[in-house]
Formats: sequence, structure tokens, C-alpha cells
Amino acid sequence: MDNITRQILDLLRENAKLTPEEIAVMLKIDMVEVRGIIKDLEDNKIILNYQTMINWEKIGEEKVIALIEVRITPQRDVGFDAIAERIYRFPEVRSMHLMSGTYDLAIFVEGSSMKEIAHFVSTKLATIEGVISTASYFVLKTYKQNGVIIEDNEEDRRLMVSP
Amino acid sequence: MTQINWSEKVNPVVRNLPPSGIRRFFDLVAEMKGVISLGVGEPDFVTPWHIREACIYSLEKGYTMYTSNWGLLELREAVAADVEGTYNIKYNPRDEILITVGVSEAMDLAMRVLLEPGDEVLIPEPSYVSYAPCTTLAGGVPVFIPTGMENGFRISAEQVQSLITPRTKVLLLCYPNNPTGAIMDREELLKIAEVAKQNDLMVVSDEIYDRLTYVGQHTCMASLPGMQDRTVLLNGFSKAYAMTGWRVGYAAGHPDIIGAMTKIHQYTMLCTSITAQMAAMEALKNGQPAMRHMVENYNRRRNLVVQAFRDMGLPCYEPGGAFYAFPQISGTGLNCEEFAEELLKQEQVALVPGNAFGPSGEGFVRVSYAASLDDLSEAFRRMSRFVRRYGVRPKIISTPKQMANGQSA
Repeated sequence: MDNITRQILDLLRENAKLTPEEIAVMLKIDMVEVRGIIKDLEDNKIILNYQTMINWEKIGEEKVIALIEVRITPQRDVGFDAIAERIYRFPEVRSMHLMSGTYDLAIFVEGSSMKEIAHFVSTKLATIEGVISTASYFVLKTYKQNGVIIEDNEEDRRLMVSP
Repeated sequence: MTQINWSEKVNPVVRNLPPSGIRRFFDLVAEMKGVISLGVGEPDFVTPWHIREACIYSLEKGYTMYTSNWGLLELREAVAADVEGTYNIKYNPRDEILITVGVSEAMDLAMRVLLEPGDEVLIPEPSYVSYAPCTTLAGGVPVFIPTGMENGFRISAEQVQSLITPRTKVLLLCYPNNPTGAIMDREELLKIAEVAKQNDLMVVSDEIYDRLTYVGQHTCMASLPGMQDRTVLLNGFSKAYAMTGWRVGYAAGHPDIIGAMTKIHQYTMLCTSITAQMAAMEALKNGQPAMRHMVENYNRRRNLVVQAFRDMGLPCYEPGGAFYAFPQISGTGLNCEEFAEELLKQEQVALVPGNAFGPSGEGFVRVSYAASLDDLSEAFRRMSRFVRRYGVRPKIISTPKQMANGQSA
């Protein structure tokens, strides 16, 4: 990948709101070129999505998040992937990783209550053929997500004017 | 009873020293609300966490004592290695490097060590506010080298040559430059080095912004042939590692000069704070990725800022270093102080009048782009509105033509 593409990705990763115009000025390249590169990245699914990070607590919205550790039996030819797909297709699953170590899948599930998540785990997840066991851990507080500190109290403390 | 005039107790050299041109403006800004400040001469980044964390650890481990007058040997070794790695100049960390309380102290020490009463110091202007006062306080006489937008705020060897008198002792260099963002190219520095050698001048080179160079490579004055002993190289951690408040800098040069500076330093300062020195050590050891990240960010904002001024209709020379732009505002019909004051009152944007950095700064303002992108864009919206009120018309921006099928024309 060329350096310009890399720089565009770096910029958008930090701030998806940047417009092609702004990126073009920042990197001193033509705006049409920036548009083209971004379109290619989207077409080739290198850029998968643009999302907004929201602090739901601030508008009083309750979100319950749980980490579920799942052990599964791998299958001939497809390994973990077939069972994994059956699981990650559920919209309740927000993110999911195949892990090294004592369990296989780390699944982050989001719901509006503990009961809802418990229901999902016991009726959907645990009953899938090939799932050996599940262990659920509820998130008590999120400090940092995707590189962003949730309550960052480190404001600008510089003098307003200095030489 | 006779009234005592206390101000007469003050040494007239100090009494007559003009206060910093920024002071009055600072007081004005402090009274206002909702101000976006582009008047800040320090990074908007907080010191990278690994550096802060290393400092906390050093306190936990009880590093709270004096260090050698010269500074921690380990830090001096790290500085020597850093300078050698970057500019291929070798300094002996034992007697050619002194850790100081920022470049500010190092500047003061260098002037006090080099100057005898009446010695002249050539100082480019506009430039940082402390050079002339440090010269005066050390008994020297500042002689200014004016620079302007037409030559990219650079000095030339001819200019230096033309200002030399039998009393000229020191040539001060300050590139990349605060407030103009100007950088010097190697060819001109080579010529200036020749002038310095022919006239037996000492060079004091403040290179605090060296890592913040966006166009080409920074040339360190001490790295030029025959200049290492003749140059007192000043640098520090404030700008590259976002460590302004820590106050750590260094001077490197000939052992006789650095030894003399250390003599003053040991009586007046004893040593730089050990906590800050421990942090500086961590900065040199592991700070390169964070530094590069910050420099990349400044560079992108630099491009935005220059474009914004051009779109506004304010001529702006493209700065090659530091984090300042220095647009010309005389098209508004205002002088730089009026411009700064009215902009603050009408649009709540703070920046610094150019003449705070020397008479050649009249007609210009210093805009620091060490600010968040959001603040920068909002400040530019306000500034465009402001300059339009004074009859400055934005340039017609030709948007790139795009054909219906999306291919560029």
C-alpha cells in the first residue's frame, strides 16, 4: 500500500468525519484523488464501516455488556469457522474473537438487561451444536474503548497566550 | 518624611528592560470568555503517558535528590547519542553537555559566559522574545537582523556580514523560527558559517524546534565543517516531546564554554530538577514513535492553516518548521496590535501581534496551530468573517472539475 493511502487510513481511523476536502489539504494532494482512494478502499472492503462512539450513560440509556468465554468443538475441514458464523450472525453479538488459551471464542454481547443477555446465552448460544461450555462475565464499567478514554478529564490547561 | 522611590532601588538595566509585548495582550485575553486561542507557544499535546508514568515511577523509587551540576550522566549520554544519531556530531557527555532548566536558562548562561560589556550580538528578528533581554542583562548590545516575508523570514550571509563591527561577538541563530516558522537551508548556513569563522564569531544556535521540520532536513549549525567548537548548541525536550512545563533543555559545545556555563549554573541553579531529568531520559529512550505522531499531526494542520489564510485572502508564507503560521494582515488596514485586539473583541479569537517578536513583525500576526482541528476550523470561520468586515476578499477557490462519470477532468 502506498504512503498516501496509509495516511488517509490513519486520518480516517482517528476521525471518520474528515471530509475529502480537508484530507486533500492536509496531505497536499488533489481532492478528486482522495475521493478515488477512499472509494477504492470502500469497494475493496478495506474500509468496512464508519461508526459513532456514543456514551449512552449520559442520556440515561442502560446498556448491559457481557464477555462470554465459549469453548467449542472444531469441525473437520472448517475448523472453528462454521460454528463461529452461527454465533456471530446474532445481532446481540457486538464483537467476537477466536482466542489462544483455555477457551476458544471471546464474545462481547450487548443487551438492555442482564436478563436479556442470560436469556440469549442459555437459549441461543449454549444450545448451538458444538458449543461445549460458556462462562459469562458482566462489564461493570468501561474506561476506554477503541483507544478513546470514556471520561477524559484531561482538558487543555495551557495559558491562553504564551510566547 | 521623605518618600522612598522603591523603583530607584532597581538596577536601571532591569528597570529599563521593556516588558514582554505579550503581557498586555495576555491580560486582555484573561478577561474574556469563549475565546479560542491560537496564541499559545506550546504543544497542545500533553506529555506522552509513558513519560509521565516513568516520572511517577522515579518518584516512587525515591529519586528526589540533587543530581550532578551537569545533570544525570545517563541523560547526558542519551543526549549525546541522540545528537550523534541525528546530526552525526560527537559530544563528550562528561564535559561537553550541560543539562539546563529549559533552553531559556541555557540561553541566559551562554550570553553571560560569552559577553563582555558592550559586545554585540546579532539577532534575527522577528524572533523569540528572550534573546534581546538575555543579551542586555548580560551586558551585551542586541543588533537585529531584520527578516521579511519576501525572503521567507530567512537571514542571509551578506546581511550578517554587513552588520559586523569590531564589537560583534556572537551570532544568534533560531531556526526553525518562532514566530515565523521559517527554516534555513543548508547552503545559506554554510555561507553564514564561513562569515562566522572569518570574523571569529561565536554562534549560539537555539534549535528547540529542530524535530518540527516539515520541509527537507534540518541542518544543525554545529554539524557544519569547523563549526562544532564555535557553536553553542541549545536544544531541549519542550517542543518535540510536549514537555514545556518540565523545563529540561541542554547546551552542547566546547568544554571550555560548557564548563564556564556549568560554573554559573552550579551557583545559580545547582541542577535541573531530577524528576524532570528522569522524564527526559524516558523521552529519549522510548519517545520516538509518539514524537513522530505529533510531528505528523502538526504537519497536516500546517497545510490546513496555510490554505485557510490563502482562502481568506491573507498572504501567508508557507512555514517550514515549528507550529506557527505568520500571515500578513496589513490588507485589513489595521496594524498588528489593532488586528489582534479587534479580532479578540469581535470574534473571540486570540493570537499574538507580530511586533511582539520584533519590529519586522509589524503587519503580521502569529498563529499557533498547536490546537485541535475543531478549534482551528472554528477560529478560521471567525477570522474569515472578521477580515471580510475589513474589506479583505477571499480568493476565488476553483474547485477541481469533476465530470459526470466521476473521473477527473
